Amino acid sequence: MLTQVQSLPFDKEDLTKFAEQRKEPKWFTEKRLEALALAEKLALPEPEKTRITDWNFTNFNYDTTATSVQTLEELPEQLQKLLGKNEKAGNVLVVRNSRPVYCSLSQELRDKGVIFTDLATAIKEHSDLVQKYYFQVTPMNQHKLTALHAALVNGGAFLYVPRNVTVTVPVQSIYYQDAPSSGLVAHTIIAAEENSQVTYVENYLAAPSVGEGTANLLSEVTVGANARVQFGAVDHFTKDIVTYVNRHAKVARDGNLQWALGQMNDGNTLSENATLLEGDGAACDTKAVSIGSGAQKQNFDNYIRHIGKATVSRLLVRGAQKDAANSIFNARTKIERGASQADGEQTQRVLMLSDEARGDANPILLIDEYDVIAGHAASVGRVDPDQLYYLMSRGIPKEKAEKLIVEGFLKPVVDLLPIEGVRVQLAALIEGKVG
Amino acid sequence: MTVPELKIKDLHVSVEGKSIVKGFDLTIKGGEIHALMGPNGTGKSTVASAIMGHPKYQVTGGSALLEGANLLDMAVDERARAGMFLAMQYPSEVSGVTNAEFLRTAINGRRGEGNEIPLMKFLKTLDKKMDMLEMDQKFAERYVNEGFSGGEKKRNEILQLMMLEPKFAILDEIDSGLDIDALKWVAKGVNSMRSENFGCLIITHYQRLLNYIKPDVVHVMMNGRIVKTGGPELALQLEAEGYDGMKAELGIKDDETVEA
Ligand SMILES: Nc1ncnc2c1ncn2[C@@H]1O[C@H](COP(=O)(O)OP(=O)(O)O)[C@@H](O)[C@H]1O
Ligand SMILES: [Mg+2]
Repeated sequence: MLTQVQSLPFDKEDLTKFAEQRKEPKWFTEKRLEALALAEKLALPEPEKTRITDWNFTNFNYDTTATSVQTLEELPEQLQKLLGKNEKAGNVLVVRNSRPVYCSLSQELRDKGVIFTDLATAIKEHSDLVQKYYFQVTPMNQHKLTALHAALVNGGAFLYVPRNVTVTVPVQSIYYQDAPSSGLVAHTIIAAEENSQVTYVENYLAAPSVGEGTANLLSEVTVGANARVQFGAVDHFTKDIVTYVNRHAKVARDGNLQWALGQMNDGNTLSENATLLEGDGAACDTKAVSIGSGAQKQNFDNYIRHIGKATVSRLLVRGAQKDAANSIFNARTKIERGASQADGEQTQRVLMLSDEARGDANPILLIDEYDVIAGHAASVGRVDPDQLYYLMSRGIPKEKAEKLIVEGFLKPVVDLLPIEGVRVQLAALIEGKVG
Repeated sequence: MTVPELKIKDLHVSVEGKSIVKGFDLTIKGGEIHALMGPNGTGKSTVASAIMGHPKYQVTGGSALLEGANLLDMAVDERARAGMFLAMQYPSEVSGVTNAEFLRTAINGRRGEGNEIPLMKFLKTLDKKMDMLEMDQKFAERYVNEGFSGGEKKRNEILQLMMLEPKFAILDEIDSGLDIDALKWVAKGVNSMRSENFGCLIITHYQRLLNYIKPDVVHVMMNGRIVKTGGPELALQLEAEGYDGMKAELGIKDDETVEA
């Protein structure tokens, strides 16, 4: 393929100035500039069956501002509602227009050596530690979008849990965009050291005032040996925000990672979720639900790579498509040579509510080892007209009946989500999005 | 208050271009229970589906009026809210939706926004009706008809009937697949509905159910229309002579466009 140098709407000078204002350490600015050069020459990813070449990944205001608040009560009500009652107890980061406006971590966790702060603060106060994890799970040069991310990163979170520390209360980040034409480029690092435990939940939402905007989100999760991480996310950007979201993890020996993802954006979305089961006995469980509506186009790629022996993966994805929404669901389970006794299982189900909706579920198993168990199931179907008739024959209007069917379709996954806060939020969002 | 009336006149129904129901007439008033009997494939379920508005069934002629309003002009849910109920021969399963949630949504759909049934009242009523049908309370929290046995599905249809309290109900082979105990519970449920404001059409093959739910009128349907109407004794006569006997008596030939 030809390497094309595309001019980007920002250059080295812009980024240097941006970095200086933010008083970043030198290594971080150098990464930006290195990434800028990559972004200029790397191609966009080519997700199967979804054309993203005309999606706006580059033109947005990345240098937005926001004012800090002293207490959570000062935040817009919409945000307060997202805070779980446990999370409210202490460990919350609130980011508005990519700027941290509130951050708290309980004294107890601080005393145990837990670090939880926005990324800008983290690179100043814990520069070496951040450097140790930054772009270590996801390669910066994966494609143009990862490079753009590194060049423009303007927000994010850093969560570090030392060895043998168990964090019992969920840690939560909320990202809220309301500046016109703004873009959020948020980088999240979760590092759970050996034998630690933590639950992290991130929320993304936007106000209509953003209009056309962009989100380029990248989360890197490192699960140490025998550590347990639950990672929950609820994405809910407005319909004119283009989202690229990359959630990437690696799991060491006997580590355990659970993804609980509510992918409820109203705009075009490209999602890459990848887990590397590196250590022997590492395990990963992915549960994701989504609803497509309007003329939305979405592409969800879920990738699990078994490297260690006796690694286990489970993947359960359900998506409902309304209106003229079009979503592609890829699930790829790769079992490398040497990953003997690996056990990978994936199930994807897509339900379409209208004749114009399109959905596609592609199960892919790539197996280079003999002594393994691997299974997949995928189905794409339309709402059963008899089911709809049955519900309506009891006096339930068509829209309400469809809503029941979609909620029922997603419920088996929602009910199994391991994080209560995510379950509750999602139930409300599903209700809103299908209604 | 006037007694409700369901008036079906000269109804013609086709399925996939094939004419199945050919001139069906029936009037039921509140307080009456009618039985509709007839051999397999004669169009009984087709009548029921057409009255309820199943999209596969095209009404090609005739009318169906509920208290003077034309049911055939209404969407399925509107017919239900107007007061119609159909206990289906083959009820659908709805995964992920509990019976209780389903019933509450249906009841509130009828009552309208701002007039929702209080949760406690709903639960108490549900409890009571389930008891009457000898249904285990756990069925309230199970997904609609999912994994239910044939008999459990039928009882669930009657539970919905009792909870929704329609003006008219059509029970399509509610007795098939029921053992004698379940048959008695179902009959008890239906009998508990009897009132001036409730009329019922029981579609059945067998006379057995009619021992427990006494019909006022019995109709025999063959080849897409009612061929004979009488009192409860007609059901006994059918039981004794069989449908072939009645065909011979009425001089009806098998119609090749209708098959069993
Ligand atoms: N959904 C359908 N699709 C195709 N044919 C149908 C359908 N429903 C009924 N029929 C046909 O219509 C005729 C009458 O069927 P039905 O009304 O079910 O009879 P009954 O209930 O009296 O046994 C049969 O020939 C049957 O095959
Ligand atoms: Mg039938």
